[in-house]
Amino acid sequence: MTSYLEFEKPLAELERRISELRTAADQDDVAVDIDAEVARLEKKARDQLASIYKSLTPWQKTQVARHPSRPHFGDYIAHAFTDFVPLGGDRAFADDQAIIGGFATLDTPDGGVKVMVIGHEKGNDTQSRLKHNFGMGKPEGYRKAIRLMEMAGKFGLPVVTLVDTSGAFPGVEAEERGQAEAIARATEACLNLPVPMVAAIVGEGGSGGAVALASAERVLMMENAVYSVISPEGCASILWRTAEKAPEAAEAMRVTAQDLKQLGVIDSIVPEPLGGAHRDPVAAAKALGKAIADELGKLSGMGADKLRDARASRFLKIGSLA
Amino acid sequence: MSWLNRVRQRIPFVAKRDTPDNLWQKCRKCQEMLFTKDYEENLWVCPRCDDHGRIGADCRLGQVLDAGYEILPSPTVKEDPLKFKDSKRYTDRLKTARNNAPHPDALTNAAGSIEGRKAVVGVQDFGFMGGSMGMAVGEAFIAGVDRAVTEGCPYIIFTAAGGARMQEGILSLMQMPRTTVAIQRLKAAGLPYIVVLTDPTTGGVTASYAMLGDVQIAEPDALIGFAGQRVIQDTIREKLPEGFQRAEYLLAHGMIDMVIHRKDLRDRLASVIDYLMAAKQAA
Ligand SMILES: [Zn+2]
Repeated sequence: MTSYLEFEKPLAELERRISELRTAADQDDVAVDIDAEVARLEKKARDQLASIYKSLTPWQKTQVARHPSRPHFGDYIAHAFTDFVPLGGDRAFADDQAIIGGFATLDTPDGGVKVMVIGHEKGNDTQSRLKHNFGMGKPEGYRKAIRLMEMAGKFGLPVVTLVDTSGAFPGVEAEERGQAEAIARATEACLNLPVPMVAAIVGEGGSGGAVALASAERVLMMENAVYSVISPEGCASILWRTAEKAPEAAEAMRVTAQDLKQLGVIDSIVPEPLGGAHRDPVAAAKALGKAIADELGKLSGMGADKLRDARASRFLKIGSLA
Repeated sequence: MSWLNRVRQRIPFVAKRDTPDNLWQKCRKCQEMLFTKDYEENLWVCPRCDDHGRIGADCRLGQVLDAGYEILPSPTVKEDPLKFKDSKRYTDRLKTARNNAPHPDALTNAAGSIEGRKAVVGVQDFGFMGGSMGMAVGEAFIAGVDRAVTEGCPYIIFTAAGGARMQEGILSLMQMPRTTVAIQRLKAAGLPYIVVLTDPTTGGVTASYAMLGDVQIAEPDALIGFAGQRVIQDTIREKLPEGFQRAEYLLAHGMIDMVIHRKDLRDRLASVIDYLMAAKQAA
């Protein structure tokens, strides 16, 4: 059952009719004119989808980035990597399920690249969303990421991160265990890496909880992902004094991949399947996998100092373009 | 800058617009009416309840550094890069903030000495748009660190901020990795990075340079945290523990090295610098 976003409603009606016709065609023996009608409606639906998605507002993109069926860490692992070996725990407190990581082999035409992959997992249904704390990492999650990054550095594995979080978890225990320090250290760990690092904002890049895994020399962003210093609702409730102004805040903060590319904050945009990644998670994952492999290819052969310098100057440069 | 301002900034006393002009002031905590002159002589710490009042850069620098320090120029950055407007234009908010402040943005550096030990000191001013971290703050932080590297001395930052400056959107967020790059330069040079957390330090500032010090000092009762208390309360729907996110609470949870009273801060900084610079100076 597809769940439609508000601005996709015109499409919902079309797709319902297509599915009704198909059911009818399956039940009665296939009538040629039904096939033709289905084909006609399908084309119409595709055109409509293309036209809706061509001109999404920043707030609409935020809805797409948060879509319940949007592919998450597990989907990307399943369709763009093989041999995932999860590695758990921060060796100090717990194994945070909001931030997952491990060894994996990124699919490439020439047999794959062994990497360390780390990312936020939001979960796909109520049970898994609770398990993964909706992708909101706790200090132990960021400390696990640090541990895995350091291991990757030690053994020469490139680091790939998949960023998808509304933000780090705001809670009493998270504060007591040093949420701020864990995020700061994770950012530092990214910047210290002696191996190539490619980060991809796949859904929501929410504030410090995102930066902590995205301080890489190459930052990619899925076409409909968003990345911002605070959620549009949070920004609106502070500056406009009402969360209802979130669409205005999303616009003003320039949260889309297209805006961030222009600002020099991200390096490239990975096109999503027609109508967003949630309509074809496999194709979305394959497109991202290919983009990451291309970037890793360009970075291979660079020494530790050169990589660190490239990373540092990438961030120092940001702002001068704006 | 006029020669008068330049001279004024070199005077190791409290700059004029940095502190209130009125004769009497009320302590924000115990509500006691304090004679401004006494309050100032007590380093803006309430003589009755010991509340550490919020102070700006000139005031802080005057308290911490030896006389004759040099205020470093504030780096220029692209202003209002997003053309941001909410109920007000960001440029108008900046104008208002500047009209009420002695410095062009929320972080001011000075090079000088603390009881004879060379140091570059940066001070965030909560009075300037809540001390918020935007491009100007990030750039000033980097400039302060660079100066410390050039001088071969420690960089000391006094943090005070509600977090990132939302009106600069993602560019404010990017100050988290940018300032961290600067800290790495300091570390590569083997120079100390000392953080003094003052009231309040929250959000993206806490989650970057405010938590990366070799030594982490806080002023008594300073509010220090990542998430805001209202956000946490909305998430967990429980009463927050006593003293939550206060300096003493962080100390008890192992997040900082020490809580130091303002009157002892200068001595303690000097002593910490002595230890951290001992091997370097012997070499
Ligand atoms: Zn008092």
